[in-house]
Amino acid sequence: MRKLSLTVIGLYIGLLAAFSQNSKPDSTQFKSRKISFEEANLVSSYYKQDGNNSAVTGGIGSEKLTDISNSIEIKLHKWDVKGRKHTYDFELGVDHYTSASSDLIDSKANSSASHADTRVYPSANWTMENDAKGTTFGAGGSISYEFDYLSFGGNINFAKKTKNRNGEFSGKLFTYIDNLKLIYPVELRTGATTPRGENYPTAGRNTFGGSFSYSQIVNQRLQLAFLLDVIYQSGYLGLPFHRVYFNNGTELVESLPGTRIKTPIGFRANYFVGDNVILRGYYRYYKDDWGLDAHTLNLETSVKITPFASVSPFYRYYTQSAVDYFAPYMTHKTTDPYYTSNYDLSKFTSQMYGAGIRLTPPKGILGMEHWSMLELRYGHYTKSNGMNSDILSMNLKFK
Amino acid sequence: MQIKKSAQKIRTGIAVGMIAAATVVSCSPVKEYQKNRLNDGEMALANRKVEKTELSFQSYREGASGANAGKSGGGCGCN
Repeated sequence: MRKLSLTVIGLYIGLLAAFSQNSKPDSTQFKSRKISFEEANLVSSYYKQDGNNSAVTGGIGSEKLTDISNSIEIKLHKWDVKGRKHTYDFELGVDHYTSASSDLIDSKANSSASHADTRVYPSANWTMENDAKGTTFGAGGSISYEFDYLSFGGNINFAKKTKNRNGEFSGKLFTYIDNLKLIYPVELRTGATTPRGENYPTAGRNTFGGSFSYSQIVNQRLQLAFLLDVIYQSGYLGLPFHRVYFNNGTELVESLPGTRIKTPIGFRANYFVGDNVILRGYYRYYKDDWGLDAHTLNLETSVKITPFASVSPFYRYYTQSAVDYFAPYMTHKTTDPYYTSNYDLSKFTSQMYGAGIRLTPPKGILGMEHWSMLELRYGHYTKSNGMNSDILSMNLKFK
Repeated sequence: MQIKKSAQKIRTGIAVGMIAAATVVSCSPVKEYQKNRLNDGEMALANRKVEKTELSFQSYREGASGANAGKSGGGCGCN
Protein backbone atom coordinates (compact mmCIF):
# COMPACT_ATOMS: atom_id res chain seq x y z
CA MET A 1 0.00 0.00 0.00
CA ARG A 2 2.86 2.32 0.93
CA LYS A 3 4.64 1.38 -2.36
CA LEU A 4 1.46 2.11 -4.30
CA SER A 5 1.09 5.56 -2.65
CA LEU A 6 4.70 6.46 -3.47
CA THR A 7 4.18 5.33 -7.09
CA VAL A 8 1.02 7.55 -7.42
CA ILE A 9 2.88 10.56 -5.91
CA GLY A 10 5.83 9.91 -8.25
CA LEU A 11 3.53 9.74 -11.29
CA TYR A 12 1.77 12.98 -10.20
CA ILE A 13 5.12 14.80 -9.83
CA GLY A 14 6.18 13.42 -13.22
CA LEU A 15 2.99 14.67 -14.86
CA LEU A 16 3.38 18.10 -13.22
CA ALA A 17 6.93 18.34 -14.53
CA ALA A 18 5.80 17.30 -18.01
CA PHE A 19 3.05 19.97 -18.23
CA SER A 20 4.77 22.78 -16.30
CA GLN A 21 5.92 25.92 -18.19
CA ASN A 22 9.26 25.74 -19.89
CA SER A 23 11.36 28.91 -19.51
CA LYS A 24 13.28 28.29 -22.75
CA PRO A 25 11.82 29.94 -25.86
CA ASP A 26 9.96 27.59 -28.14
CA SER A 27 11.96 27.65 -31.35
CA THR A 28 9.57 25.29 -33.07
CA GLN A 29 6.54 27.59 -32.58
CA PHE A 30 4.17 27.23 -35.52
CA LYS A 31 3.80 30.29 -37.71
CA SER A 32 1.28 30.21 -40.51
CA ARG A 33 2.77 30.48 -43.98
CA LYS A 34 -0.53 31.70 -45.38
CA ILE A 35 -1.00 35.41 -45.98
CA SER A 36 -2.74 36.94 -42.96
CA PHE A 37 -4.37 40.30 -42.42
CA GLU A 38 -2.35 42.48 -40.02
CA GLU A 39 -4.09 45.85 -39.95
CA ALA A 40 -5.87 48.49 -42.00
CA ASN A 41 -5.66 52.24 -41.57
CA LEU A 42 -8.04 54.86 -42.86
CA VAL A 43 -6.74 58.43 -42.71
CA SER A 44 -8.96 61.37 -43.63
CA SER A 45 -8.19 65.09 -43.46
CA TYR A 46 -9.84 68.40 -44.14
CA TYR A 47 -7.44 71.29 -44.77
CA LYS A 48 -8.18 74.95 -45.50
CA GLN A 49 -5.84 77.91 -45.90
CA ASP A 50 -5.93 81.60 -46.71
CA GLY A 51 -3.37 84.33 -47.32
CA ASN A 52 -2.49 87.17 -49.69
CA ASN A 53 0.76 86.13 -51.36
CA SER A 54 -0.22 83.70 -54.09
CA ALA A 55 2.62 82.66 -56.41
CA VAL A 56 0.13 82.22 -59.28
CA THR A 57 -0.54 85.96 -59.29
CA GLY A 58 3.09 86.99 -58.79
CA GLY A 59 3.23 87.18 -54.98
CA ILE A 60 -0.03 89.08 -54.47
CA GLY A 61 -3.59 87.78 -54.34
CA SER A 62 -5.63 85.14 -52.56
CA GLU A 63 -4.07 81.87 -51.41
CA LYS A 64 -7.48 80.46 -50.48
CA LEU A 65 -7.47 76.67 -50.81
CA THR A 66 -9.36 73.69 -49.43
CA ASP A 67 -8.26 70.08 -49.63
CA ILE A 68 -10.01 66.88 -48.64
CA SER A 69 -7.80 63.82 -48.53
CA ASN A 70 -8.56 60.18 -47.86
CA SER A 71 -6.22 57.22 -47.83
CA ILE A 72 -6.62 53.57 -47.04
CA GLU A 73 -3.71 51.32 -46.17
CA ILE A 74 -3.91 47.53 -45.89
CA LYS A 75 -1.10 45.54 -44.32
CA LEU A 76 -0.77 41.77 -44.82
CA HIS A 77 1.94 39.38 -43.68
CA LYS A 78 3.15 35.82 -43.93
CA TRP A 79 6.08 33.73 -42.67
CA ASP A 80 8.40 31.82 -44.99
CA VAL A 81 10.09 28.44 -44.40
CA LYS A 82 13.15 30.18 -42.89
CA GLY A 83 11.02 31.95 -40.28
CA ARG A 84 11.28 35.36 -41.94
CA LYS A 85 8.31 37.69 -41.82
CA HIS A 86 7.14 39.17 -45.13
CA THR A 87 4.94 42.24 -44.88
CA TYR A 88 2.93 43.59 -47.82
CA ASP A 89 1.68 47.15 -47.51
CA PHE A 90 -0.81 48.51 -50.04
CA GLU A 91 -2.05 52.07 -49.95
CA LEU A 92 -4.43 54.14 -52.04
CA GLY A 93 -4.82 57.87 -51.48
CA VAL A 94 -7.19 60.36 -53.11
CA ASP A 95 -6.97 64.14 -52.55
CA HIS A 96 -9.40 66.67 -53.95
CA TYR A 97 -8.62 70.36 -53.76
CA THR A 98 -10.14 73.65 -54.83
CA SER A 99 -7.84 76.65 -55.16
CA ALA A 100 -8.67 80.31 -55.76
CA SER A 101 -5.17 81.08 -57.04
CA SER A 102 -4.95 78.10 -59.43
CA ASP A 103 -8.23 79.33 -60.87
CA LEU A 104 -6.35 82.45 -61.97
CA ILE A 105 -3.94 80.56 -64.25
CA ASP A 106 -6.60 81.60 -66.72
CA SER A 107 -7.27 85.09 -65.39
CA LYS A 108 -10.02 85.73 -67.92
CA ALA A 109 -12.10 82.77 -66.82
CA ASN A 110 -14.35 82.69 -63.82
CA SER A 111 -14.01 79.26 -62.23
CA SER A 112 -11.60 77.94 -64.85
CA ALA A 113 -10.68 74.28 -65.40
CA SER A 114 -7.78 74.61 -62.97
CA HIS A 115 -9.86 75.78 -59.98
CA ALA A 116 -10.06 72.18 -58.74
CA ASP A 117 -8.19 68.93 -59.23
CA THR A 118 -7.98 65.41 -57.86
CA ARG A 119 -4.76 63.58 -57.05
CA VAL A 120 -4.70 59.77 -56.91
CA TYR A 121 -1.67 58.01 -55.43
CA PRO A 122 -1.45 54.23 -55.01
CA SER A 123 1.65 52.58 -53.54
CA ALA A 124 2.87 49.09 -52.66
CA ASN A 125 5.72 48.12 -50.33
CA TRP A 126 7.25 44.81 -49.32
CA THR A 127 9.56 44.13 -46.36
CA MET A 128 11.24 40.93 -45.22
CA GLU A 129 12.24 40.81 -41.56
CA ASN A 130 14.68 38.25 -40.22
CA ASP A 131 14.23 38.36 -36.46
CA ALA A 132 17.08 35.93 -35.79
CA LYS A 133 19.60 38.11 -37.63
CA GLY A 134 17.95 41.44 -36.76
CA THR A 135 17.84 42.50 -40.41
CA THR A 136 15.11 43.89 -42.65
CA PHE A 137 15.11 44.29 -46.43
CA GLY A 138 12.41 45.99 -48.43
CA ALA A 139 11.36 47.54 -51.71
CA GLY A 140 8.42 49.56 -52.93
CA GLY A 141 6.86 51.53 -55.72
CA SER A 142 4.37 54.36 -56.04
CA ILE A 143 2.43 56.36 -58.60
CA SER A 144 0.94 59.80 -58.20
CA TYR A 145 -1.41 61.24 -60.79
CA GLU A 146 -3.11 64.59 -61.12
CA PHE A 147 -4.17 66.44 -64.28
CA ASP A 148 -0.85 68.22 -64.81
CA TYR A 149 1.51 65.93 -62.88
CA LEU A 150 2.50 62.26 -63.15
CA SER A 151 5.07 60.67 -60.88
CA PHE A 152 6.59 57.20 -60.59
CA GLY A 153 8.48 56.41 -57.39
CA GLY A 154 10.65 53.51 -56.30
CA ASN A 155 12.67 52.64 -53.21
CA ILE A 156 14.82 49.95 -51.63
CA ASN A 157 15.58 49.83 -47.93
CA PHE A 158 17.68 47.97 -45.39
CA ALA A 159 17.83 47.91 -41.60
CA LYS A 160 20.10 46.12 -39.12
CA LYS A 161 19.70 45.92 -35.35
CA THR A 162 22.70 46.03 -33.02
CA LYS A 163 23.77 42.86 -31.20
CA ASN A 164 21.92 43.80 -27.98
CA ARG A 165 18.81 44.88 -29.97
CA ASN A 166 18.92 48.35 -28.43
CA GLY A 167 20.05 50.16 -31.57
CA GLU A 168 19.12 50.02 -35.25
CA PHE A 169 20.66 51.48 -38.38
CA SER A 170 18.41 51.89 -41.39
CA GLY A 171 19.00 53.18 -44.90
CA LYS A 172 16.71 53.83 -47.83
CA LEU A 173 17.49 54.77 -51.42
CA PHE A 174 14.61 56.31 -53.35
CA THR A 175 13.79 57.95 -56.64
CA TYR A 176 10.88 59.84 -58.19
CA ILE A 177 10.64 60.19 -61.95
CA ASP A 178 8.12 62.94 -62.61
CA ASN A 179 6.53 64.49 -65.64
CA LEU A 180 4.60 67.75 -65.56
CA LYS A 181 2.45 69.52 -68.13
CA LEU A 182 3.65 73.05 -68.73
CA ILE A 183 0.39 74.91 -68.23
CA TYR A 184 1.41 78.56 -68.48
CA PRO A 185 -0.73 81.52 -67.46
CA VAL A 186 -3.20 82.07 -70.27
CA GLU A 187 -1.66 85.40 -71.38
CA LEU A 188 1.77 83.78 -71.82
CA ARG A 189 0.67 80.77 -73.86
CA THR A 190 1.67 80.33 -77.47
CA GLY A 191 0.00 77.93 -79.90
CA ALA A 192 -3.44 76.36 -79.73
CA THR A 193 -4.54 74.52 -76.60
CA THR A 194 -7.90 73.33 -75.44
CA PRO A 195 -9.04 74.21 -71.89
CA ARG A 196 -8.13 70.73 -70.59
CA GLY A 197 -6.39 69.77 -73.81
CA GLU A 198 -3.57 67.48 -74.71
CA ASN A 199 -1.41 70.05 -76.47
CA TYR A 200 0.56 71.25 -73.47
CA PRO A 201 4.32 70.76 -73.66
CA THR A 202 5.80 68.64 -70.88
CA ALA A 203 8.95 68.66 -68.77
CA GLY A 204 10.68 66.16 -66.49
CA ARG A 205 11.74 66.35 -62.86
CA ASN A 206 13.90 63.61 -61.35
CA THR A 207 14.64 63.09 -57.67
CA PHE A 208 17.28 60.73 -56.26
CA GLY A 209 17.85 60.44 -52.55
CA GLY A 210 19.16 58.53 -49.61
CA SER A 211 17.54 58.50 -46.19
CA PHE A 212 19.58 57.20 -43.25
CA SER A 213 18.77 56.86 -39.56
CA TYR A 214 20.19 55.41 -36.38
CA SER A 215 17.87 54.80 -33.42
CA GLN A 216 19.07 53.97 -29.93
CA ILE A 217 17.40 52.92 -26.69
CA VAL A 218 19.12 54.86 -23.91
CA ASN A 219 17.26 53.34 -20.95
CA GLN A 220 13.83 51.94 -20.09
CA ARG A 221 12.22 55.38 -20.61
CA LEU A 222 14.24 57.15 -23.30
CA GLN A 223 14.95 56.47 -26.95
CA LEU A 224 16.56 58.62 -29.63
CA ALA A 225 16.95 58.72 -33.39
CA PHE A 226 19.42 60.57 -35.61
CA LEU A 227 18.21 61.18 -39.18
CA LEU A 228 19.99 62.29 -42.34
CA ASP A 229 18.66 62.71 -45.88
CA VAL A 230 20.62 63.63 -48.98
CA ILE A 231 18.45 64.55 -51.97
CA TYR A 232 19.42 65.51 -55.51
CA GLN A 233 16.82 66.94 -57.89
CA SER A 234 17.17 67.82 -61.54
CA GLY A 235 14.89 69.03 -64.32
CA TYR A 236 12.07 71.56 -64.22
CA LEU A 237 12.01 72.53 -60.51
CA GLY A 238 9.63 75.48 -60.64
CA LEU A 239 5.98 75.51 -61.58
CA PRO A 240 4.92 76.88 -64.98
CA PHE A 241 1.92 78.85 -63.69
CA HIS A 242 3.85 80.91 -61.10
CA ARG A 243 3.92 84.44 -62.49
CA VAL A 244 6.74 86.92 -61.87
CA TYR A 245 6.22 90.68 -62.46
CA PHE A 246 9.46 92.61 -62.99
CA ASN A 247 10.21 96.16 -61.86
CA ASN A 248 9.64 97.44 -65.42
CA GLY A 249 6.13 95.98 -65.52
CA THR A 250 6.90 92.99 -67.76
CA GLU A 251 5.69 89.51 -66.88
CA LEU A 252 7.16 86.01 -67.16
CA VAL A 253 6.83 82.70 -65.27
CA GLU A 254 9.28 81.85 -62.50
CA SER A 255 12.69 80.53 -63.50
CA LEU A 256 14.74 78.42 -61.10
CA PRO A 257 17.99 76.44 -61.46
CA GLY A 258 17.82 72.99 -63.05
CA THR A 259 19.34 71.20 -60.06
CA ARG A 260 18.91 71.32 -56.29
CA ILE A 261 20.74 69.48 -53.50
CA LYS A 262 18.97 69.26 -50.13
CA THR A 263 20.57 68.07 -46.90
CA PRO A 264 18.20 67.89 -43.93
CA ILE A 265 19.50 66.44 -40.66
CA GLY A 266 17.12 65.54 -37.83
CA PHE A 267 16.95 64.32 -34.27
CA ARG A 268 14.10 62.70 -32.35
CA ALA A 269 13.82 61.97 -28.63
CA ASN A 270 10.89 60.31 -26.86
CA TYR A 271 10.79 60.12 -23.06
CA PHE A 272 8.27 58.33 -20.83
CA VAL A 273 7.78 60.39 -17.66
CA GLY A 274 6.25 58.48 -14.71
CA ASP A 275 3.41 56.23 -15.82
CA ASN A 276 1.14 58.61 -17.73
CA VAL A 277 3.12 61.19 -19.68
CA ILE A 278 5.18 60.86 -22.87
CA LEU A 279 7.32 63.74 -24.16
CA ARG A 280 8.03 63.66 -27.90
CA GLY A 281 10.65 66.02 -29.33
CA TYR A 282 11.91 66.60 -32.88
CA TYR A 283 14.46 69.01 -34.31
CA ARG A 284 15.62 69.41 -37.93
CA TYR A 285 18.24 71.56 -39.57
CA TYR A 286 17.88 71.93 -43.34
CA LYS A 287 20.19 73.41 -45.93
CA ASP A 288 20.14 73.44 -49.72
CA ASP A 289 22.23 74.91 -52.51
CA TRP A 290 19.57 77.51 -53.41
CA GLY A 291 20.57 79.40 -50.25
CA LEU A 292 17.75 78.19 -48.02
CA ASP A 293 18.51 77.39 -44.36
CA ALA A 294 15.75 76.25 -42.02
CA HIS A 295 15.20 75.09 -38.44
CA THR A 296 12.19 73.06 -37.28
CA LEU A 297 11.31 72.29 -33.67
CA ASN A 298 8.35 70.11 -32.72
CA LEU A 299 7.28 69.35 -29.15
CA GLU A 300 4.40 67.14 -28.11
CA THR A 301 3.17 65.87 -24.75
CA SER A 302 0.92 62.81 -24.59
CA VAL A 303 -1.03 62.52 -21.36
CA LYS A 304 -2.69 59.18 -20.68
CA ILE A 305 -6.07 59.92 -19.09
CA THR A 306 -6.64 56.16 -18.82
CA PRO A 307 -4.41 53.31 -20.09
CA PHE A 308 -6.53 53.38 -23.29
CA ALA A 309 -7.06 57.09 -23.90
CA SER A 310 -4.58 59.93 -24.30
CA VAL A 311 -4.61 63.63 -25.16
CA SER A 312 -1.61 65.13 -26.99
CA PRO A 313 -1.18 68.90 -27.24
CA PHE A 314 1.64 69.93 -29.59
CA TYR A 315 3.59 73.00 -30.72
CA ARG A 316 5.76 73.41 -33.83
CA TYR A 317 8.10 76.29 -34.63
CA TYR A 318 9.71 76.73 -38.06
CA THR A 319 11.99 79.39 -39.50
CA GLN A 320 13.65 79.68 -42.92
CA SER A 321 15.77 82.10 -44.90
CA ALA A 322 14.79 83.02 -48.47
CA VAL A 323 16.24 81.28 -51.50
CA ASP A 324 18.73 83.43 -53.45
CA TYR A 325 16.21 83.86 -56.30
CA PHE A 326 13.23 85.25 -54.38
CA ALA A 327 11.93 88.81 -54.63
CA PRO A 328 8.43 90.20 -54.01
CA TYR A 329 5.96 91.49 -56.60
CA MET A 330 7.49 93.89 -59.16
CA THR A 331 10.96 94.00 -57.62
CA HIS A 332 12.88 91.51 -59.78
CA LYS A 333 15.14 92.94 -62.45
CA THR A 334 14.88 91.54 -65.97
CA THR A 335 18.64 90.89 -65.81
CA ASP A 336 18.24 88.42 -62.90
CA PRO A 337 19.34 84.95 -64.07
CA TYR A 338 16.69 83.22 -61.91
CA TYR A 339 13.53 84.67 -60.38
CA THR A 340 10.51 83.67 -58.32
CA SER A 341 7.87 85.46 -56.24
CA ASN A 342 6.74 82.27 -54.51
CA TYR A 343 6.41 83.22 -50.83
CA ASP A 344 6.89 79.56 -49.80
CA LEU A 345 10.54 80.22 -50.73
CA SER A 346 10.75 83.61 -48.98
CA LYS A 347 12.10 84.38 -45.50
CA PHE A 348 9.46 83.67 -42.82
CA THR A 349 8.71 81.95 -39.54
CA SER A 350 5.70 79.76 -38.89
CA GLN A 351 4.03 78.36 -35.83
CA MET A 352 1.59 75.52 -35.47
CA TYR A 353 -0.27 74.39 -32.40
CA GLY A 354 -3.10 71.99 -31.69
CA ALA A 355 -3.98 68.74 -29.99
CA GLY A 356 -4.83 65.14 -30.68
CA ILE A 357 -6.88 62.50 -28.90
CA ARG A 358 -6.23 58.77 -29.20
CA LEU A 359 -8.57 55.99 -28.05
CA THR A 360 -7.53 52.32 -27.95
CA PRO A 361 -10.14 50.51 -25.78
CA PRO A 362 -9.31 46.81 -25.24
CA LYS A 363 -12.77 45.73 -26.46
CA GLY A 364 -12.57 47.95 -29.54
CA ILE A 365 -14.17 51.29 -30.38
CA LEU A 366 -17.93 51.19 -29.65
CA GLY A 367 -17.44 47.54 -28.62
CA MET A 368 -16.38 46.58 -32.16
CA GLU A 369 -13.48 44.20 -31.57
CA HIS A 370 -11.71 44.79 -34.91
CA TRP A 371 -11.87 48.59 -34.70
CA SER A 372 -8.83 48.96 -32.47
CA MET A 373 -8.03 52.68 -32.59
CA LEU A 374 -9.53 56.10 -33.22
CA GLU A 375 -7.27 59.15 -33.38
CA LEU A 376 -8.36 62.73 -34.04
CA ARG A 377 -6.01 65.70 -34.44
CA TYR A 378 -6.54 69.41 -35.04
CA GLY A 379 -3.86 71.98 -35.82
CA HIS A 380 -3.79 75.73 -36.53
CA TYR A 381 -0.88 77.05 -38.60
CA THR A 382 0.25 80.67 -39.07
CA LYS A 383 3.07 82.19 -41.13
CA SER A 384 4.71 85.50 -40.29
CA ASN A 385 3.59 86.85 -43.70
CA GLY A 386 -0.08 86.43 -42.78
CA MET A 387 -0.92 83.09 -44.37
CA ASN A 388 -2.84 80.78 -42.04
CA SER A 389 -4.45 77.37 -42.21
CA ASP A 390 -6.39 74.79 -40.21
CA ILE A 391 -6.29 71.04 -40.49
CA LEU A 392 -8.50 68.36 -38.97
CA SER A 393 -7.40 64.73 -39.37
CA MET A 394 -8.68 61.33 -38.34
CA ASN A 395 -7.05 57.90 -38.27
CA LEU A 396 -9.13 54.73 -37.86
CA LYS A 397 -7.23 51.50 -37.31
CA PHE A 398 -8.71 48.02 -37.80
CA LYS A 399 -6.99 44.81 -36.72
CA MET B 1 33.69 86.07 -43.23
CA GLN B 2 33.54 82.75 -45.17
CA ILE B 3 36.30 81.25 -42.97
CA LYS B 4 34.43 82.39 -39.84
CA LYS B 5 31.24 80.68 -41.08
CA SER B 6 33.12 77.45 -41.92
CA ALA B 7 34.78 77.40 -38.48
CA GLN B 8 31.39 77.88 -36.83
CA LYS B 9 29.96 74.97 -38.85
CA ILE B 10 32.89 72.72 -37.88
CA ARG B 11 32.41 73.63 -34.19
CA THR B 12 28.66 72.88 -34.45
CA GLY B 13 29.42 69.55 -36.16
CA ILE B 14 31.93 68.58 -33.46
CA ALA B 15 29.45 69.53 -30.69
CA VAL B 16 26.65 67.48 -32.29
CA GLY B 17 29.02 64.53 -32.79
CA MET B 18 30.19 64.68 -29.17
CA ILE B 19 26.61 64.81 -27.85
CA ALA B 20 25.66 61.85 -30.07
CA ALA B 21 28.73 59.84 -28.98
CA ALA B 22 28.14 60.64 -25.29
CA THR B 23 24.49 59.58 -25.60
CA VAL B 24 25.33 56.24 -27.21
CA VAL B 25 28.14 55.52 -24.71
CA SER B 26 25.92 56.31 -21.70
CA CYS B 27 23.23 53.82 -22.76
CA SER B 28 22.34 50.99 -20.40
CA PRO B 29 21.22 47.80 -22.22
CA VAL B 30 17.48 47.20 -21.92
CA LYS B 31 16.17 43.60 -22.10
CA GLU B 32 13.03 42.71 -24.05
CA TYR B 33 10.96 42.25 -20.87
CA GLN B 34 11.97 45.75 -19.72
CA LYS B 35 10.62 47.44 -22.85
CA ASN B 36 6.97 47.80 -21.79
CA ARG B 37 7.18 51.62 -21.77
CA LEU B 38 9.35 51.80 -24.91
CA ASN B 39 6.86 49.58 -26.77
CA ASP B 40 3.95 51.93 -26.06
CA GLY B 41 2.33 53.00 -29.36
CA GLU B 42 3.06 56.68 -28.65
CA MET B 43 6.77 56.09 -27.96
CA ALA B 44 7.43 55.16 -31.61
CA LEU B 45 10.28 57.19 -33.14
CA ALA B 46 8.13 58.07 -36.12
CA ASN B 47 5.38 60.39 -37.22
CA ARG B 48 1.83 59.46 -36.32
CA LYS B 49 -0.25 58.22 -39.27
CA VAL B 50 -2.79 60.94 -38.49
CA GLU B 51 -0.07 63.53 -39.33
CA LYS B 52 0.13 62.36 -42.96
CA THR B 53 -1.69 65.31 -44.57
CA GLU B 54 -0.07 67.77 -42.14
CA LEU B 55 3.42 66.74 -43.30
CA SER B 56 2.28 66.90 -46.90
CA PHE B 57 0.99 70.51 -46.66
CA GLN B 58 4.13 71.57 -44.76
CA SER B 59 6.27 70.30 -47.65
CA TYR B 60 4.15 72.47 -50.02
CA ARG B 61 4.03 75.60 -47.86
CA GLU B 62 7.66 75.60 -46.64
CA GLY B 63 10.99 75.43 -48.44
CA ALA B 64 12.48 72.70 -46.24
CA SER B 65 11.53 69.03 -46.26
CA GLY B 66 12.97 65.61 -45.41
CA ALA B 67 14.62 63.94 -42.40
CA ASN B 68 11.19 63.13 -41.00
CA ALA B 69 10.27 60.00 -42.96
CA GLY B 70 7.92 62.12 -45.07
CA LYS B 71 8.23 63.44 -48.60
CA SER B 72 11.53 65.16 -49.31
CA GLY B 73 10.90 66.32 -52.84
CA GLY B 74 9.42 64.80 -55.94
CA GLY B 75 6.25 62.81 -56.32
CA CYS B 76 4.04 65.89 -56.36
CA GLY B 77 3.92 69.47 -57.55
CA CYS B 78 5.50 70.62 -54.30
CA ASN B 79 9.03 71.94 -53.75
